[in-house]
Amino acid sequence: MRSMVELAKVIRTKNSGPFILTIDIIFKEKEVYEKLKNMDYFSKNFWANLYGLKGSDVISVIYFDPVCAVKANIKRKVPSGSPGDSDVYGAQQHAPLLEVKIDV
Amino acid sequence: MFKIYSPTAILGYGFPEQSYYNALEIKPDLVAVDAGSTDPGPYYLGRGISFVDRGATKRDLKYLINMVHKLDIPLFIGSAGGCGSKSSVDWTFEIVKEILEENNWHMKIAIIYTDIPKDKIKESITNGNIKTLDGSSEVGVEDLESITNIVAQVGIDPFIEGYKKSVNIIICGRSYDPAPFSALPIHYGYSKGLSLHLGKILECGAIAAEPGSGRDGLIGVLFDDHFEVFPINENRKCTVTSVAAHTLYEKSDPYFLHGPDGIIDLTTTTFTQKDEKTVIVKGSRFIEGKEKWLKVEGTKFVGIRGVCIAGIRDPIMISQIDEILEIQRELVRENFRDMTDDYQIYFHVYGKNGVMGEWERFNGVSHELGLVIEVISKDINITKMILGYIRSTLLHYGYKGRIATAGNLAFPFSPSEVIWGEVFEFKLYHLIKLDEYEFPIKVVEV
Repeated sequence: MRSMVELAKVIRTKNSGPFILTIDIIFKEKEVYEKLKNMDYFSKNFWANLYGLKGSDVISVIYFDPVCAVKANIKRKVPSGSPGDSDVYGAQQHAPLLEVKIDV
Repeated sequence: MFKIYSPTAILGYGFPEQSYYNALEIKPDLVAVDAGSTDPGPYYLGRGISFVDRGATKRDLKYLINMVHKLDIPLFIGSAGGCGSKSSVDWTFEIVKEILEENNWHMKIAIIYTDIPKDKIKESITNGNIKTLDGSSEVGVEDLESITNIVAQVGIDPFIEGYKKSVNIIICGRSYDPAPFSALPIHYGYSKGLSLHLGKILECGAIAAEPGSGRDGLIGVLFDDHFEVFPINENRKCTVTSVAAHTLYEKSDPYFLHGPDGIIDLTTTTFTQKDEKTVIVKGSRFIEGKEKWLKVEGTKFVGIRGVCIAGIRDPIMISQIDEILEIQRELVRENFRDMTDDYQIYFHVYGKNGVMGEWERFNGVSHELGLVIEVISKDINITKMILGYIRSTLLHYGYKGRIATAGNLAFPFSPSEVIWGEVFEFKLYHLIKLDEYEFPIKVVEV
């Protein structure tokens, strides 16, 4: 089992507009990226489980080959800066990903 | 060949002086800078003010105006004053004017307002010429009343129109981030796909370099069939990873970047390392929009926020914190029975789930908690009353098993509560059809 911290060089979350949180993982090794992409490891289900979301709140998952990256877009709990928000830039929602361990 | 200097991620975020001198030597054809973002949240558009300090903005502008004066090249500012409302455009103009007068320089400035009157939005709603965008919800005519400022995000056209009036500086309201960088090369005949893609990379300054920085810049050089991008600071480099990764940044889809002019199509884009610090980009294409749909942003007034910050160190209290806070809500309801709909209460419990809320998967809790008590009401007096009531009630609340009977909260400050200010929320974040709409351009000589 290898941890995401070991496999990825970038793991980050950020707003993509006020209503969507976009999550990026950029992998260090092309082989690892290709393998995970081919098995669709980062399916909508993966993201729903990671954050405890309804499946419909995972808007899209996109693989970006030029930098061996996967991007997921999920619906924010609360729009950026609206009452009840806890992270206006959406920049600190990535920590659960650091805990993920993958058999690769 | 067309050289563009992007000095910093946001006007007012700064840049090292040495980077400025390096850029002077390179002799760019254009200095362009993005001043805006919706990232800092709805407050700034709600009030029509900048999220960057005036002094910091003036510091950057002093250098940039000095450069365009020396080299006789144009300076394009997009999303002036952050949110790009008329008030923030005028704020930016006042700073520019001040700098010109202090140096006794004379320049011609185009001021472009991108505010949209409410009647225009009403018309779009009535005619069905409005679409929700990226998770925004339906909006009705009745919602418009509480909206304070509305801006449209313009593309390259107003910059080109402004430039045709032979100005030195363009100060534009809310703009598509790549627009100030790409309008001029497109006007000169460079590829739209390449110019806009380059603009997308340049708009965040050295964030697309390694090490990345929001307070440093990049140079982009356009050629007929490709562009090159490199950092202005010798201690950074642009790599295929740093540049391509930036294409992902803050965007939902890295292959198709939607903007007011159309779509940048990156499905055939290639990134190649030219030398240690320069990346060559080829193959970015442009899909022209069939109709003119512009994004509009508008914020609604919600109320006045009051905040109280306190620490909790007692382990007996910490072990039952959720229950204790829930009881405080009930005690407020009970004490102010006649006004249950007039306020909102939020407890941000740092050390437990203050950052991630219901998304938090970690079940543990820290040995001490930072508690932010937040109250919002349309009436400042209600905000103060409810916040004060929670503070005093929670301070002396007798929870189960309590041994420390002197007080439950450690306040770092006196006063322990503060009125934080107005609260807004994004209400308009939609596309509206604006086929024939002309944004007013005012030309001023200083």
